[in-house]
Amino acid sequence: MDHNEDVIHPMLPAKLRTSLAEHIARVDHPRELVVDVMFAIQDQFGFLSDEAVEEVAQLLNMSPLEVEELATFYTFIYREPVGKYVIHVCDSVVCWMDGYESIQDHLRSKLGIEMGETTSDGLFTLLPVCCIGYCDRSPAILINKEVYGPLTPEKLDEILENLRAQG
Amino acid sequence: MAPTYPQVLLQNRKPDRIATLEEYQQSGGYQALADVLQNYSYKDLQEVLIDAVLLGRGGAAFPAGMKLRTVAEDAPFPRYIVCNADEMEPGTFKDRVLIHADPHMLIEGMIIDGYGAKAEQGIIFIRPEYESAARILEREIKIAKEAGFLGKNILGSDHSMEIVVHRSGGRYICGEVTAQLNALMGKRPNPQQPPPYPTEKGLWGMPTVLQNVETLANIPHIIRNGIEWYKNLAVTETGAGTKLFCVSGKVNKPGCFELPMGVRLSEIIEVHAGGMPVGSEYKACLPGGASTRYLPKEFYDIEMDFDPMREVGHRLGTGAIMVFDQKTCLVAATLNLTEFFARESCGWCTPCREGLPYIRDLLLRLEEGEGREEFIPMLQQMSKHLWSSYCAFAPGATSPVESLITYFEDEVREHIAQKRCPFK
Repeated sequence: MDHNEDVIHPMLPAKLRTSLAEHIARVDHPRELVVDVMFAIQDQFGFLSDEAVEEVAQLLNMSPLEVEELATFYTFIYREPVGKYVIHVCDSVVCWMDGYESIQDHLRSKLGIEMGETTSDGLFTLLPVCCIGYCDRSPAILINKEVYGPLTPEKLDEILENLRAQG
Repeated sequence: MAPTYPQVLLQNRKPDRIATLEEYQQSGGYQALADVLQNYSYKDLQEVLIDAVLLGRGGAAFPAGMKLRTVAEDAPFPRYIVCNADEMEPGTFKDRVLIHADPHMLIEGMIIDGYGAKAEQGIIFIRPEYESAARILEREIKIAKEAGFLGKNILGSDHSMEIVVHRSGGRYICGEVTAQLNALMGKRPNPQQPPPYPTEKGLWGMPTVLQNVETLANIPHIIRNGIEWYKNLAVTETGAGTKLFCVSGKVNKPGCFELPMGVRLSEIIEVHAGGMPVGSEYKACLPGGASTRYLPKEFYDIEMDFDPMREVGHRLGTGAIMVFDQKTCLVAATLNLTEFFARESCGWCTPCREGLPYIRDLLLRLEEGEGREEFIPMLQQMSKHLWSSYCAFAPGATSPVESLITYFEDEVREHIAQKRCPFK
């Protein structure tokens, strides 16, 4: 693949492209920034599309395949579109002991989707996640990386309503 | 009344905010750094950490000073200090608590540790679930730099250091040393089998010392208060320092408690974690994360320190105590733990990638009442096979499985005899 510096990045807004390029120019080993670059583009578009994978590769002088094997490896990089609010339900042993299954069931029925799916209004995505390090607040979930817990179905309803109100 | 113990690592802990640079300095912060830069050679520092018996708090208990010493005198530059703030061992959340309490303690510890390896590049590797901690660290690193504790020629010495925060994309295997180095270099985080060891050829082929958050936070206190003081913090003869114990599961007050190294498990549960809920009795705990063995009732009074645990065939691990009561099915718990490991396996080597789903399927069938007698030796045999995997991930994953059969074989057999889970 050709890593020509003159290649136009049709997908990235100019401001983001400039700030990423500047950041990359400041480090000795551009490749160390690959997760940061993936996160930055994901923050902009919600997920990492095929086109975005190509962009990341070009910016860091990597092959798209090298980016892809990272994008599909990491839990918090999304290769498919997700909702505005990504809900990660911790299903590891302490949350299991404290009843994550009822939290998960409640979310599924309340949102009308299965784990791994997104609501049709594009607001919520449900995903499982391994121990998030909030065992003192179990059962716990993350919504856009922010922790909520200890949870009950009632508290969940309140949280979902608040998020819906924000749209 | 609960006994009160000296608070060292969490001495500036507040309910709702971090300790500021000023508050950290008022409690003696950055005095150790000034002392080390003026009065210690880098070899003096290594010796102090070895004599203080500072053992790695991330689970492996490797002597922190020895690790610095494995960087050869004539090793090339630049050298790196990596702070492992990945903390993905289930049940463990001490590093999060520590960073949210007193970030400058970690920063000072890292600068001093860097001096001990003549390393001028510091990197904090942090999991994405701890985004708030990552932001705190980035802000406080800047503040430390403005105050002259980071950057070129720190406090007028010839030691320089920069620290950056590196966000992970999130995977359990990134906590493994060699996998973490690959992750930092933007490669797929597969573990690598040493040699060469990271202290010889680590990041970008350069000497790299990787230490856990809690380990680094201990360093300023050892320098400031001395080796004897540090050793006397522990209640065990061979132990040293305090330990951050994370207690969760069937206790009334789950949380992170700083207690003397070697305090008894029974005291941690009954006194500090508020005891178990009414109707719950202690059945077992995982004493140091998901990669440690179930600790049954016969060890309920054990001293929580590296040596006493090792003497009875157990590991202190990260000191994350997950408590199970008599109403909790340990076959189901082990199934959950194995599910975790099977999902998080990086898939690089065959024993781990293939063996863990195999164990999970056997446990699932047992839990669903489809177990057979021969599953027990099959579980034992496959657990042994996993020890021939590439890194410590798979052997750790077998700890709950092997100890389930060692201590709770009757419970497994009940599942087979009744053709159902007796706890449902």
